[in-house]
Amino acid sequence: MTARTQASSYNFAYLDEQTKRMIRRAILKAIAIPGYQVPFASREMPMPYGWGTGGVQVTAAILGPDDVLKVIDQGADDTTNAVSIRKFFERVADVETTTRTVDATIIQTRHRIPETPLREGQVLVYQVPIPEPLRFLEPRETETRKMHALEEYGLMHVKLYEDIARNGHIATTYAYPVKVEGRYVMDPSPTPKFDNPKMHMSEALQLFGAGREKRIYALPPHTEVVSLDFEDHPFEVQRFDKPCALCGGGQVYLDEVVLDDRGGRMFVCSDTDHCESRRAEGLRGELLGEVAQ
Amino acid sequence: MYVSVKGGEAAIDNAHRLLADRRRGDRSVPALTLDQIAEQLVLGVDRVMSEGSLYDRRLAALAIKQARGDLIEAIFLVRAYRTTLPRFGFAEPVDTGAMLVERRISACYKDLPGGQLLGPTFDYTHRLLDEALDGDPEVEPGETREGATEPVSRIADILGGEGLIEEEISGNDEPDDINQTPLEFPLSRAMRLQSLARGDEGFLLALGYSTQRGYARSHPFAGEIRIGEVEVEVFMPELGFAVPVGRVQLTECQMVNQFKGSAKVPPQFTRGYGLVFGQSERKAMAMALCDRALRAGELGEDIVAPAQDQEFVISHCDNVQATGFVEHLKLPHHVDFQAELGLVRTMRTQFEQAESAMENKEAAE
Repeated sequence: MTARTQASSYNFAYLDEQTKRMIRRAILKAIAIPGYQVPFASREMPMPYGWGTGGVQVTAAILGPDDVLKVIDQGADDTTNAVSIRKFFERVADVETTTRTVDATIIQTRHRIPETPLREGQVLVYQVPIPEPLRFLEPRETETRKMHALEEYGLMHVKLYEDIARNGHIATTYAYPVKVEGRYVMDPSPTPKFDNPKMHMSEALQLFGAGREKRIYALPPHTEVVSLDFEDHPFEVQRFDKPCALCGGGQVYLDEVVLDDRGGRMFVCSDTDHCESRRAEGLRGELLGEVAQ
Repeated sequence: MYVSVKGGEAAIDNAHRLLADRRRGDRSVPALTLDQIAEQLVLGVDRVMSEGSLYDRRLAALAIKQARGDLIEAIFLVRAYRTTLPRFGFAEPVDTGAMLVERRISACYKDLPGGQLLGPTFDYTHRLLDEALDGDPEVEPGETREGATEPVSRIADILGGEGLIEEEISGNDEPDDINQTPLEFPLSRAMRLQSLARGDEGFLLALGYSTQRGYARSHPFAGEIRIGEVEVEVFMPELGFAVPVGRVQLTECQMVNQFKGSAKVPPQFTRGYGLVFGQSERKAMAMALCDRALRAGELGEDIVAPAQDQEFVISHCDNVQATGFVEHLKLPHHVDFQAELGLVRTMRTQFEQAESAMENKEAAE
């Protein structure tokens, strides 16, 4: 028993090979039917449900000894949960890890897609809390599965329309629903809608794992991913008034940092690797003294 | 000057060190041994085994110690361990009729074959704090009965003999396994019972209670509760017969519920069933009430209450899932919050613009 609890006696990447095979089968099915949620016999993991167990299982199932793993949460490599998951794989799989998007073969993420466009051969693994985009419109799984089967997505459009009628806007800012290859409506996981366009025709394979809800879904490379909208209210992403205060980068998603209790704010890149790479190239934002190019 | 939020790694390491320190507490107080936990906090150990779905007293005791007495955390530790164990097969159905009974009561009969055996129960204690337990007072050994006794027949067999209770026919097929199959609703009763067996005691207790207060009333009688050890047997294809692999302590509850009949079947009582590891009567009874309530569809009853709704009950009864998702709200969500901030600000600007436009218009008029 004592020997068993030591990391060395666990199988490579924690899960036993039988479980990995089961997960890989679900992944293959998911790739074959883009946007379709494939049920799988999700396992308990040594981290809590809701903290990335789905993503961790997908990563564990596809990880090989030669992979280079990057883990981000909120776009950053140094957020606590990203640190914890990265350490987990260092311990149970002994793989090389990196914070550099370009060097990674597998990137596990929570809530963001890296700013640097992904390339062929990379895999982006999303941690998904609620895989069902219709869940908040219809709580019953039996109903929502039927709605997907019949391609009955009217309810979603009604919801978006009601947003516009009430607020003048579609009031969904993250987990903004998308339609995949003109067939399945899919939840992009709670990434800000800013990241939705990055999913479209991505060169990388995108895998989504929901541990507690026991679902896996996927977007193979070069898949059409369209955010739902209306002709007179086209889909729009968030825009920021200022560039990043550290690297001067624009067209990126920014975190708002509260500087003091007198309303002082600054905005910095949510993607820490993107920000650091730019600064390494000598680019500077206003806070670091130089004006961005 | 803003310093980028670095140091997550050091912060985690330090938090773990502090946790280990707090877990140990005052070093002048002797450390708990696993034997002490397994022997003297046995009902906590039973709960961890039962909801952790792993029959191992030592590991359950270890989990309780590591979790600083937080039983849900301990259950989680045990589950995360059991999930790594290989599955080598499934046991034959255990025969609770052949149980070595330590406690057995029925509320349906004054006396019945095998008798009413109170066993080690809190039931008739007066809940007065016993200051003597601050020390280690001498405790007399319990009275036990030696030798062969009459068989302790199960209530279902007693009522079943007269055809007064519905018969349950067991299949010989490999049972469904919630560890192997993703949940797909509607679930078979076997899948529901497996989920309930590892379901949170508090959640099932509240749901069972709700059925007693009119939310899916089922007129239950505690037909029988029995606690004791049974032999677990596994069929060995190489040998051609089943061999015992060990003994487990179980609590079984047979609820006898309001009768049902139809044009074809004469009226008979229906059943709700609870079975859990260790001594855990509250959980077994709550489970039996929930099982009965969840059979509403099969028994042609209207589904009107939460306890009858299998998607509601089964999807939310697992405390490892529930605690994980509730507590994940502690993780950073600032990226999504930023998106919401942006929208609220835009909407406020538009609101102010509309208001000032209105004021200007009024002023002009």
